[in-house]
Amino acid sequence: MSTLSPAYNRDRLLQALVLAGLALVWEASSRAGWVHPFLLPPLSDVLTRLLTDMQSGAVFVDLALTLYRALTGFAIAAVLAVPLGILMARRRGVQWFFDPLISIGFPMPKIAFVPIFILWFDIYDTSKVIMITFSCFFPIVTATYSGTSHIDKWPLWSARALGASEGELLREIILPLASPSILTGLQIALPVGMITTIVTEMLMGGSGVGGAMIAAGRFADSVGVFAGIIEIAILGMVVIRGLDWLRARMLVWHPENRAH
Amino acid sequence: MAGGGIRPLAGEQERGSLVVMVALCVRYLPVLIMLALWELAGRSGLVSQQMLPGIGAIASAFLDLLSSGELIMNAWRSLSRAAAGLGLAVMIGMTVGLLMATRPLFRTLINPLVRILYPMPKSALIPLVMIWFGLGDASKIFLIFLGCLLPVIVSAYNGARGVNPFLIWSATSLGASQDEVLREIILPAALPDILAGCRTALAFSFILMVSSEFVIAKDGLGFLIGSLGDGGNYPAMFAVILTVAGTGFVADRLFGSFVSHRLRWKEQA
Repeated sequence: MSTLSPAYNRDRLLQALVLAGLALVWEASSRAGWVHPFLLPPLSDVLTRLLTDMQSGAVFVDLALTLYRALTGFAIAAVLAVPLGILMARRRGVQWFFDPLISIGFPMPKIAFVPIFILWFDIYDTSKVIMITFSCFFPIVTATYSGTSHIDKWPLWSARALGASEGELLREIILPLASPSILTGLQIALPVGMITTIVTEMLMGGSGVGGAMIAAGRFADSVGVFAGIIEIAILGMVVIRGLDWLRARMLVWHPENRAH
Repeated sequence: MAGGGIRPLAGEQERGSLVVMVALCVRYLPVLIMLALWELAGRSGLVSQQMLPGIGAIASAFLDLLSSGELIMNAWRSLSRAAAGLGLAVMIGMTVGLLMATRPLFRTLINPLVRILYPMPKSALIPLVMIWFGLGDASKIFLIFLGCLLPVIVSAYNGARGVNPFLIWSATSLGASQDEVLREIILPAALPDILAGCRTALAFSFILMVSSEFVIAKDGLGFLIGSLGDGGNYPAMFAVILTVAGTGFVADRLFGSFVSHRLRWKEQA
């Protein structure tokens, strides 16, 4: 469908109207007293709070800390998991050792291990980042392994017959052909990493959006809680859209990005 | 070639269960190696027993928790909340997703909400459900429901949208009603996607169950882990953590074999 078609524009307009309507209902229901303002503070109060926190800079400190923890853990997981996944698909010994461990670790709820990481690494950034790495690692390694081992054999054989070295094979054939799967793995891991970041911040404190929210919750500051939810919703959307954009950029050549 | 590996011939499997046993041992040997390293790290004094309790200590703590009924009671509380949230999410999510795919007006109304809620890390809602529903069951069930709802909606929508329109046209021209088309054509065709979404939701239900119980709870497995850790009873804490991890693993595997049984009509890719 062309993005300029009138049907598409009408859809866009309707969706914007739906959102505006919801915002109005939210504002009206707490102003009119249909819902207790503690349970649902007026949207305008929440936005005012966001604005004052932005002016004082508190929002940006929390957002930056959360983002830093999430992306550091995510990046370390990617750096460890992508090479391991490729090695597992290319070397039988590596596959033999890691395949059972990863197939057991992949479906486990990793978040349950938070108290162990607190015990080992205390409650500061180290243990948060390690926990985030741990939870992002499995989806990435699984997707990379499966993507690399399903590469079509013909391009590999052709390249080898033409005298490509193992390094050239990796750069020219394996990485490009496995990249859609690797990116899918990253796209699965990132939301998991965000969830983990928020939970570790709630449990261990040390600022960040999660820490600020749980503090607001404990002090029965429901405006603060809603402000935190809006911050996290925006952060989550920006991060996930960013990765979608990266995928479209990296896979320009891939049929999935042909204009529909 | 390393990638494909050498598969055993069909005849080899008939050589008796001994071969299967040996193959299983070879396959899971790395797990045993890791367990042996774990045990050695504690025994040799490299890592303190406090930081990494031995496997024997964890096993006996597990048996104590089991016989006192503490583990079963808390597991029941946790798993019933997860099941309630997940069950509601699957029923409502499937309905919403299928309606979005078949009713354009409905899609226009719901889509903005889905697009806002989908990328949001659902654990951020823990303080909100605490304010809304307090510390009891309702807050956790609602959180798990919301977290599991979005993957189910999106997968049902994508699955139903991807149905080959020729099938729908043929059925309609043969006189099928809208209901029949939904039941006989759209639902079966969307089922692989829906089940994949449910598997994601299952994983989310465990994550949200444990994290909500860590933060706000008076019972449940997450609460048990926290209170054992606070009391310094680390072997028992490890035992409950491994129980949670194991339960999550088994639930995923059971669902996986249910899916492959349910979709046995589908051609293997």
